[in-house]
Order: sequence, then C-alpha cells, then structure tokens
Amino acid sequence: MNTAYEKMINDLAPKKFSWKGNVWVAFLVLIILTGIYSYVQQLKYGLVITGMRDYALWGIYISNFVFFVAVSLVGSLITAILRLSDVHWSTPLTRIAEIIAVAAIIMAGIAIIIDMGRPDRVLNLFVHGRLQSPIIWDVIVISTYLVLSILFLYFPLLPDFTILSKYFDKNARLTKWYRMLSLNWTGNEKQTKIYSRSIKVLSVLIIPVAFAIHTVTAWLFETTYRPGWDSTNFGPYFVAGAFVAGSSAVIVVMYVLRKTYNLENYITDHHFNLMGKILVMLSLLYLYFNINEYLMPVYKSTEEEATHLRSLFTGEYAWLFWVVIIGGLVLPVIVMLFRSGRKPLPLFIVSLAVMVCAWWKRYLIVIPTLSHPFLPIEGVPETWRHYSPTWMEWAITAATLASALLIITLLVRFLPIIPIHETVEERGLLADQSVNKSL
Amino acid sequence: MEPEKDNQQKSRRTFVEQGLKYGLLTVASGALLAKVFGKSESLDSEKTIEVMSTDGTLMQVPASAVEHAHEKESAYNPREGFPNRKFVMVVDLAKCRNAKKCQSSCNKNHYITGENAWIKIYKMQDSEKSAPYWQPTLCQHCDEPACVKVCPVDATFKRRDGIVLIDNNRCIGCRFCMAACPYSVRVFNWSDPWQGDTVEQSEYTPDYAGVPSQKGTVDKCDFCPHMIDKGELPHCVSACPNDVFSFGDMYEDTVTNGSGQSFKLSKLLKDRAGYRLMESLGTEPSVYYLPPSDRIVDFEEGLQNYTEFQSVDKPQVP
Repeated sequence: MNTAYEKMINDLAPKKFSWKGNVWVAFLVLIILTGIYSYVQQLKYGLVITGMRDYALWGIYISNFVFFVAVSLVGSLITAILRLSDVHWSTPLTRIAEIIAVAAIIMAGIAIIIDMGRPDRVLNLFVHGRLQSPIIWDVIVISTYLVLSILFLYFPLLPDFTILSKYFDKNARLTKWYRMLSLNWTGNEKQTKIYSRSIKVLSVLIIPVAFAIHTVTAWLFETTYRPGWDSTNFGPYFVAGAFVAGSSAVIVVMYVLRKTYNLENYITDHHFNLMGKILVMLSLLYLYFNINEYLMPVYKSTEEEATHLRSLFTGEYAWLFWVVIIGGLVLPVIVMLFRSGRKPLPLFIVSLAVMVCAWWKRYLIVIPTLSHPFLPIEGVPETWRHYSPTWMEWAITAATLASALLIITLLVRFLPIIPIHETVEERGLLADQSVNKSL
Repeated sequence: MEPEKDNQQKSRRTFVEQGLKYGLLTVASGALLAKVFGKSESLDSEKTIEVMSTDGTLMQVPASAVEHAHEKESAYNPREGFPNRKFVMVVDLAKCRNAKKCQSSCNKNHYITGENAWIKIYKMQDSEKSAPYWQPTLCQHCDEPACVKVCPVDATFKRRDGIVLIDNNRCIGCRFCMAACPYSVRVFNWSDPWQGDTVEQSEYTPDYAGVPSQKGTVDKCDFCPHMIDKGELPHCVSACPNDVFSFGDMYEDTVTNGSGQSFKLSKLLKDRAGYRLMESLGTEPSVYYLPPSDRIVDFEEGLQNYTEFQSVDKPQVP
C-alpha cells in the first residue's frame, strides 16, 4: 500500500480524547446536570420557575428552539446544495456540517418539549393531531428532516467504517462496532452504484425538507395577528438567517477541530477563505431580508407596528438590537470582505460573533412582539409586562446548547471528522485499482 | 343585494338540513337519552326554573318540563354544545364604571387562584382627544376563532352553540392559542392552582372551566355553560350592579341583563350602533359592544377602583 494513503488514515482515524478533551466533556456534563436539575424543578412546580407569564408567553425556550432549527439547516447547504452543484472543495467539511445538523435538529426537538406545559401529553400530538395546526406541520417536517439528516450522515460513513475496522486492532471493541455499522461494505460495483445513487436521492430530498423546517418554524409566528410577526417576509427571512447561523457554526467547529487534531492538511486556509466568502454572501442576503422586514413597516408606521419597532430601535431592546444587527451582521460583512479577514483566526472570531448574535436575533424575534399585544396589559402584576429569564431557565437553555455540543463532541470522537473514502477518491491516492479492491 | 339573498337561502338550507339531522338523531338515540336525562331529572324535579319567552318575559316553569324539551332536541355533549342555540353577549360601555364586580364574581365562581383574571376591565382611550372609557373584556367566543385554528391537538374547540371551550385533559400547554388570540384573553396555569380539596376533587368537564384548573394548561372564560344549563345567566352578567352585560341567544334575537330586563338583540345593536372588537381581523366575535356615548356613569368614578397591575379579590388559599 502506498504511504500517503496510510498516513491519511493515520491522520483521520478517530482518536481518544486528550486531557483537554476529557475536561471539555466533563464541563459539558456539568452544565447538562445543572439543566436537568432545573428541569426536574420545572416538572415539579410547573413553568412558574421560568420568567414567562401570560403576556410573555414564550421565552428563550422558543427562541432557542428557533436557533437550533436554524443551525440544522446548514447540513443541507454544505452537503446537498454544494454536492449537487458538483463543488468538491467542500468535501472535507461535509461530515462536520452533517454532524452539526444532526445534533441541532435533535436538540430542536427536545427544546420544544421543554417548553411544553404538559410534556407528559406529548403523545397527544400523534393521537389527536390536527393537520390544520402549524405545530403539526413542524412535527412532521422536523421528524422527516431528522431521519434524512441521520441517513445523510450515515451513508457516506459506510466505506469509512470498513476502512476503520481494518485499521484498528482486530479484537478491539470499537472494531466490532465499525464492522457491524459498515453493513459489509466492500466497495464492489453493485454497492458503489447503490451508494452513489442513494446519496444523490438524499441530496435532492433534503433540500426542500430543510427549507420546509425553517419556513414552517417561521409560520408558527406568521400565522398569528401580532405586529412584528404578521409579515409575509418571514419564511425566506428565516431561511436566509438560518444559513448565516449554520455556516458560522461550521466555521467555528472546523476551526476548533483543525486546531485540536492538527488537520491543517485537510482543512486548509483555502477552505476558510471560501467559507468566508459564502458567509459574506449569505449575510448580505440576510441583511436584505432584514431591510424588508424592518424598514417597510417603518415607512408606513401603523400604530401597532410603530410601537413594536420603537421598542427595537430606540426603546427597551435597542441596545441588544443594534449589537445584533451591527456586531452580528454589518461588521462581520465588512471584516470578511478583506482577504485577511478570511484567514482562519479572524474568520473564527467573526463567526463566533455571528453565531452568538444569531442566537440573540431569535430572542429579538420572539420576545418583543409578545410585550405589545393589541389590548393594554392591565390587571396583572407589573412584573408580567417584562420578560427576564430566570437562572433555571438559563440553566435549562444552556444545557440544551451543551447537549448539542456534547453530541458533536462524541460523534467527533468515534467518527472520522473528514470523510476518508471521499477524500481518498478525490485526491486520487488509490489510482491503483488493486488497492481499491483490497479495501 | 344578490349575494345577501344567496346567503340567506344557503343558511335556510343548512337550517333545514340540521333540523332533519337532529330529528333523526333524536329518534335513533331515544333510549340513550332517557338514561342520560333520567339521572338529572331526579336531582331537579322539585325545582322550578326561570325561562324567558321570545318577547322577553320571564316565567317560572317546573324544571322537569324544561328537561323534557331538551330531551326532544338532542343529547348534550360538551363538545357539541346545546342544540339549536347560539349564544351572544352585549356589553354596554355607557354603563360601565369599573365596579369590577364581574371580575370578582368570575374569579370566585371559577376558583381562580392565580393573578390572572379571565375578565379584565381595561382603561381605554381611542384617541388623544376622545373620552376615556372602561372596557370589560372577556373571551369573545369568535365564530372564526384564531385559537382553535392553531391548536395542534384539538384541545380547544368551537361548539355549535357558539361557545369556545378548552379540554384541559387534552391540552399540551404549548400556548400557541395564547399567541394567536388577538384579545389576550387566555391565561396559563404557570403553577399548581391550589384550589382546595373540594374543587380539586370535582369531576372535570370542559363546560365548567376552572373546576378544577390544571397546572400546565390554558384557561379562559367559558361563557358559563354550567349556568346556562341551569337556566341562569353567566356570573359576570348577574354580578354587574350596572347592567353592563346582557346575555342571550342569537336565534331568539333576545338578550337579558342582570336585572332580568330583556332586549331585542337586533334592535339594540341597530339603535345603539353596536360593534365588535377588531372586526377587521375577521374573527367574528360573539360579543358585541355598545359605544360609551350618552353615559349614565362618570368615567372618573371608576378610577378609585383602578389598580393597573392587580387583579381583584383573589380568594385566599386555605
């Protein structure tokens, strides 16, 4: 066998955590445990432990849910859209994108259950489900997307599992798992044919479903009469924002993994450069939808819209609003327009800012609207006028974010972060057919 | 004119169709009915019941006779409602002086222990130069209810008699209905309601909301079907010292206020230029408002009762 090939497998095979990895996992587990404790309190005492009340009836659980759905969209972008357009530079990023998508969509499902007043009745959604309700549409598309995303992660792994089961010690427990999961992949003609066909079919299928999950999530708000949500712009606005959030998540994760596992040969500066360009394009698109979303109502300034927008531009939420728009959208675009801004470290920092602002952007979409109902807020305690999340609510939300990171971390521990088989093929390392057969 | 005529014909046709349906249903389920009403008859047979005739006079009728009439119409099902009825309410803003008796009576009779009353009296002022007024606001029991539209599990539902109710045994607590309602009338049981043993152990039925309330589910004004069933007016209507509220049946074209005075609904709405809240949204509420013109009460008087951030008369938790 040629040495370049062996070196590559050596580089890419999953590795045990270093002490840093263990500390990281322990840290995540600690956050998750705090969240579980708080959730038990919530089950016991009800949603009264949160900052939500009759007017601020949805809070960070819902905005966090929207964030997860948004991030999960990136799987379809990097793996499906780029794959179908025959773009090959993104191959080393496909696994990362798919892992993020799976982790995010799982946590989106859990986040929405956390928000329910009666999680014990979750099965009612299936027993008594009404197709007329946007929530049922969400249940259908999100579970479809979950299945498609898992398949989309799994199929390209089949050849990699075979490679790994040969690479590791024959009797190791992991080897057995890899062998079982590889479904006897040998790479023969028949298998390859089914394999490439299924991936193509999945790539086509996952795009409309990905658009659907976030469009339907937008419709959860758009189907109400409330100023700030009552907008025909919401579907595309959410989808555009989702691609921004997801791409920045991919950049953040790829930077961290490249550093941790010394993957400079696989995730190169060139990848950062191109991802930076994609993020600029997506951010500009999102900015365009933001202009539509905020400036047209300002022009008309109907009373209800004006009250809502005033609270965003100059009122209660102004500080947060401008940080999110300028710090999470305008400044990043300016930085990334420069070539040096798309170098790994600057791009990592910019993407981190974009991602954090993307989370708060969902907060700004969900919460301010609820504090401006059509009728006055009277006859309830004054504290009900404003929403401020409690520490338990934060703990639970932090735990969902930590769980997503933990899922990503564990998948990274046991799966090759860079698709081995595809990289081998693309780099032509195995031009020698006899070696290919020996796989 | 044409479309209106068309509509009338259509509604007459549905009316006839429905009549036939009920007729058949009655014949088919006669035996079952005897069983259902046999039980309630034994409870009420000694009582007399006040009934209102179409011209608005009230008469005392033995309860058994009333039960008998029901029996001929159809079985009562909390999801279907009272057959051949369509309940409406009229709120006369010219009479409201924020006495808040409607609210305290509602809170008391529905055992509301939280801070969230189901009926709220808002201090309204439509524009800077126009006069302020008090607006009692309860569930509007819309004919095109936004809340029912979005419910994922059919927990909140619209009945044939116009009432919108919640099945608290089915509600999953997603609060989408609360987000959808433009009138902000829905409240949530954020914690255990602690209503005391008697209430908590009562048998639950959607037509007596709040008995008992359930943690993690949505509550709201139920238009008091439990009172209608007894031939009485909803709690807010009879508690109001100023006869602000009138309640009745649209098919009978009559509404009755707390003092027992009855009015012809169509005439009242015409004479006083009645309107509904946020008509433009197309929700078709069942609650009509009469504008606060030629007021018999002073707006200022209500200010002494006005507590911006507090609901009144919370019953003490034992």
